[in-house]
Amino acid sequence: MSAVSCQLSVVMKVSLFVTCLVDQFFPQVGLSALKVLKKCGVEVDFDPRQTCCGQPAFNSGFVEESREVAEHFIGIYGDSENIVVPSGSCATMIKSFLPSLFAEGSLKRQRAEEVSQRTFELSDFLSSVLGLTNTGARFPQVVTYHDSCHLVRELGIRSQPRQLIRGVEGVDFREMENCDRCCGFGGTFSVKSPDISAAIGDEKVQWIKESGADYVIANDVSCLMHIEGLLRRKQIPVKTMHLAELLAQFDD
Amino acid sequence: MIRSMRINRNVEAALANQQLQKNLRSTLGKSVRMRNESVAEVPNWDELSQYARDVKLHTLSRLDHYLEMLEQKVKAQGGKVIWAETGQEAVQFIVDLARQRKIGKLVKSKSMLSEEIHLNSMLERAQIESIETDLGEYVVQLAGETPSHLLAPALHKSREEIADLFVRELGMMPSGDVDEITATSRRVLREHFLTARMGVTGVNFGVAETGTIVIVENEGNARLSVSVPRIHVALMGIEKVIPRTRDLAVFLKLLIRSATGQKMTSYVSCLNGPRRSEELDGPEEFYLVLVDNGRSKILADRSLRQTLACIRCGACQNICPVYQRIGGHAYESTYQGPIGAILTPQLTSLAAAPEHAFASSLCGACQEVCPVKIEIPLVLLKLREQAQNEKKRRATHFSPERLVMGLWAQVMCSPALYVGFGRWIRWVWKILGENGSRGQLLAPLSSWKKHRDLPRLAARSFRELYRSSEE
Repeated sequence: MSAVSCQLSVVMKVSLFVTCLVDQFFPQVGLSALKVLKKCGVEVDFDPRQTCCGQPAFNSGFVEESREVAEHFIGIYGDSENIVVPSGSCATMIKSFLPSLFAEGSLKRQRAEEVSQRTFELSDFLSSVLGLTNTGARFPQVVTYHDSCHLVRELGIRSQPRQLIRGVEGVDFREMENCDRCCGFGGTFSVKSPDISAAIGDEKVQWIKESGADYVIANDVSCLMHIEGLLRRKQIPVKTMHLAELLAQFDD
Repeated sequence: MIRSMRINRNVEAALANQQLQKNLRSTLGKSVRMRNESVAEVPNWDELSQYARDVKLHTLSRLDHYLEMLEQKVKAQGGKVIWAETGQEAVQFIVDLARQRKIGKLVKSKSMLSEEIHLNSMLERAQIESIETDLGEYVVQLAGETPSHLLAPALHKSREEIADLFVRELGMMPSGDVDEITATSRRVLREHFLTARMGVTGVNFGVAETGTIVIVENEGNARLSVSVPRIHVALMGIEKVIPRTRDLAVFLKLLIRSATGQKMTSYVSCLNGPRRSEELDGPEEFYLVLVDNGRSKILADRSLRQTLACIRCGACQNICPVYQRIGGHAYESTYQGPIGAILTPQLTSLAAAPEHAFASSLCGACQEVCPVKIEIPLVLLKLREQAQNEKKRRATHFSPERLVMGLWAQVMCSPALYVGFGRWIRWVWKILGENGSRGQLLAPLSSWKKHRDLPRLAARSFRELYRSSEE
């Protein structure tokens, strides 16, 4: 097993916000993130009061409901040194939109801004903050990567996940055509306009297939859930995997 | 909500329309590529975009000032300026003018504003013949349809369909040849140019400091529309004013490269009022109709105001994954795609266009290509918020979505409820089994399952697994 390329001189503290979807439905992603962070020598805590960032209501126009949930979130993470999130869209909700829920100049706004500044998407934290290039993971498979919309366009995170994928031993990384095109999920859009959502996804799935990959990697379980549903329905034997799971392919 | 979305009902037909799908794929794909290559040639593109955005937002913040400046300059050059609060007023002016001058036919160049105010059908009702002279617009007019793209109005039609149309309507010799189509339209339209006594055009930019009307095009039909007939009426949305000539270079570069990927279009006409005594061509009379039609009410909100910065390049339509799959007509509005999704409900009302803001995955590709950096996803979110607030205020009908969101917020604010709720869902999932038929009972589930398999959920939550690993 190759050595981890990151050694911290000071102990860094991280609060892991796994997101509601990961917590309740896709726990292996949270466990993988935990495993990778611990390997880096980071001190990780999981606050069991955590629920959701407020994004579903926010994106549907229910701002009051979103604000209530955001306040709950800020209440938990107000004192955290770093908040790490294994999701591009939840990280965007916290970093780009959370402060806008509160009146300018208010104390709540200030708290929201502080929290948003200390929040990092997982791959960004590993790559930009910890300077990690290699977790010691080994995965001898052909993989491709899907840039989720908020991650790439709102947060501008494009190179970090790729560097981390390339650092995995044995991985054969192949870019798909239109890697940063939307997969069509779009939150409630996926059930409000299922035909459009799936039609957009069909193209994505085609590009994934054409890449020749056995695995499609992304940083959002929501996109992956949608892509996986389409792949399975079409009986295309490509598997989905969260980046955290890929990076955790090493023995403890 | 889910079933009542009109756009959704149009989607099935759009997706099944092989010709439309083929045209969308080839035309939009090419447009995106050409735009990207063209933009990459400009090293300071981002800087120019920001500059143009700043100019537009500044102008919108004192629109009255610049419009009055434009009015004065146009008048000083011998032109007349008409302020139309509504589309109806603008149409009425043109009808009255045509009647006064005993004009039975006018030629028109491409103008989305004229589509917005339904000029052609209103003129028809007033028994004034209006001839579209942009080839795409002419095709759409002959077919009795409406444009399906800002720049390529007949995007939805195949060459064969157009040929058939020309054979039927214009007596063209049957042949699918493109040259035959263009030769026929040239022959027919030439005759109209020579016999029409009024030309109606749109306006791309109105320069306040000089009173110059700028029209950008490739076919030369707008140039003919303003130089052959004796009267020129320019229809201009009030948001199209820019303060200075020196900024025009920036706007032309941004517009043209974003729209077609060209360095410059074949024609850019800069018009300063009617023909002067020493000049050889140009109209004898020039009228500038400044149309509000719902625009000034958009100015009120500072974050929504940027909607009016749009220069109608169509880049957001070309890149939009939704538009790319369903085309323009599914939107059932004059303005389609991302810009249409934010402009339509604001020009009319959220009640009149309740779905536009929701027919988007919020992917943000539109914002990335917008040459004036309109934050389309942010505006969509604002409009969604307004739509939900309005529904709540009216409270005319029970909203299951509001109920669900209210309960959801309660659950998410209480870790105990949240844990219980999560456990319940995982239990239900187990009962349903893989793609269990009982999933049909729940609308969102059956909606999901229409095209996708249901996700496989873990039996235990992260927190349970975390706790047992810590112990």
